[in-house]
Amino acid sequence: MSGQPMTKTADMAAFDRRNADWYIDKLVQVLVFIGGISAIIFVVGIFAFVTKEGFGFILDRFDFQEFFTSPYWYPADEDAPEYGILALIAGTASVTGLAMLVAIPFSLGTAVYIAEFASGKTRETLKVLVELLAAIPSVVWGFIGLSIMNPLIIELFDVPVGLNVLNAGIILGLMAAPIMTSIAEDALKAVPDRYREAAEAMGATRWQVIYKTVLPAAKNGLLGAVLLGVGRGFGETMAVLMATGHSINMPGSVFDSVRALTATIAAELGETAVGSDHYQVLFTIGIFLFLITFVINLTADLIVRGIRKG
Amino acid sequence: MFETSELNIKNQRVQRLFKILFLLMTMLLIAPVLLILGTLIVKGGSVISIDFLFTSPTDGMTAGGIFPALLGTVWLVAVALLISVPLGIAAAIYLSEYAGENWFTRIINLAIINLAGVPSIVHALFGVGAFVLFFKFGTSILAASLTLAIMTLPVVIVATRESLQAVPFAFREACWNMGATRWQTIRRVVLPNAVSGILTGVILEVSRTAGETAPIMFTGAVFFTPFLPQGIFDQTMAMSLHLFVVSTQVPGVPENLPYGVALVLIAMVLIMNSLSIAFRIYLRGKKKW
Repeated sequence: MSGQPMTKTADMAAFDRRNADWYIDKLVQVLVFIGGISAIIFVVGIFAFVTKEGFGFILDRFDFQEFFTSPYWYPADEDAPEYGILALIAGTASVTGLAMLVAIPFSLGTAVYIAEFASGKTRETLKVLVELLAAIPSVVWGFIGLSIMNPLIIELFDVPVGLNVLNAGIILGLMAAPIMTSIAEDALKAVPDRYREAAEAMGATRWQVIYKTVLPAAKNGLLGAVLLGVGRGFGETMAVLMATGHSINMPGSVFDSVRALTATIAAELGETAVGSDHYQVLFTIGIFLFLITFVINLTADLIVRGIRKG
Repeated sequence: MFETSELNIKNQRVQRLFKILFLLMTMLLIAPVLLILGTLIVKGGSVISIDFLFTSPTDGMTAGGIFPALLGTVWLVAVALLISVPLGIAAAIYLSEYAGENWFTRIINLAIINLAGVPSIVHALFGVGAFVLFFKFGTSILAASLTLAIMTLPVVIVATRESLQAVPFAFREACWNMGATRWQTIRRVVLPNAVSGILTGVILEVSRTAGETAPIMFTGAVFFTPFLPQGIFDQTMAMSLHLFVVSTQVPGVPENLPYGVALVLIAMVLIMNSLSIAFRIYLRGKKKW
């Protein structure tokens, strides 16, 4: 460029951008790509390793019908161990079901209040408080079930044991509520303001706007919120271990003690020998839990994504 | 024309009714936090002293302090952060700066959602199968922290991605126009503008990691050990597991002791969380664009 004719090679060199910065750029691109795919690797890894440890049981001992339909769980019996998880499924289902009865109305109600009624400082404060509710660790919730709810339930309902479906259901409901609230609130916020304005212009009151316009428009997001709450309740471990009473039962009422799938793994894995049938069946339950939560999360994601597109 | 009709009055009443109903629900949802904190402070406050924080448990864990558990939690959280923060930030940079809107990105996002949604006990099983047995780390801080890091990875990724995406696209374009490479742009322009948001996410992750129990039960944390951890291949006690142990596994624990442990644990978690929230609110006020 200084006016002198250049040879072809010098010309090429001037435009070859492969200097140190170029190589660093490529290197970083590879590194962050590895970071990006790490999440996929871990999810696949979780499935692979849990399956690897439980696979021996599935091959040798697994009896589909016994596993899912027998309520008898005696994995430690030396002569005739029984591996039926029906009672554990019932335990998990009853606690999660009650938790949802508690959490769905409260979290949707709170989400509507925060998104549609509250404003300014009130809204911020409420959001922070909900976030703090979400921050309480599950073992602390379990401890609360054990030491505060337990005597309270015994006194209020005059029952011999306060560690039961009711206790764990309320605890789990409170644990699942914050995440449901924040996702539901996002869904309500995603409804365009012009919907509200149009309804208000027709003379609708605030409640009519919410009930007739906002809620139907946010329906899918709210459903996604509920599903994620179910997933959260289903997979919760420590709180359920401590608050259900941890005894194998087909629950007949909310005052029965039950035992959950997750809690069974947590309580028994420490006592088993690596590679034994008992050890492997706990991993088989793990596979089952993984698959269920996978389906729940996938469905919730599809539903929530559905609204973003629509 | 603007006279208040019967119907109008009725509608107004319905609206007020629902507003109050929802406010009540909100209050009822939030009341437990305050009640729980109150109870823990009242019952656990009497236990807490400098001695409680800095001595070991004695008499079969029915007396003494919580120092080994406290130190163990610090170890577990620190090692977990060393793993998950770089990895999470890299993942977020990829998703925010490089990834296009295609099926591959969707699969990554789905994997992140799943990583956050897999039950904590399944993460524990994974930790046992992968780190304790397959990679032969044994039950150690390293195995437990790896398990924790993978479990809390989504927290870092989501927070970082959000703060990266909050940096206006024009900033990047301006930098590219100066002839900077992608990485130069990210390092000199995007990251400096997002660093405080990333920090918010990291603090949140500390709080999440410190409270987890199930993932560390079989991978590195033990009920009791007389030794303080010296390195990442040692076993350790941890606050969350200690609360489980003193409230369910040990007979003859004085009534208030578990409350003290719970209070210290929840104080650690909530202080971290409040810091993160305060930081976020401060940042929002400072934002220049």
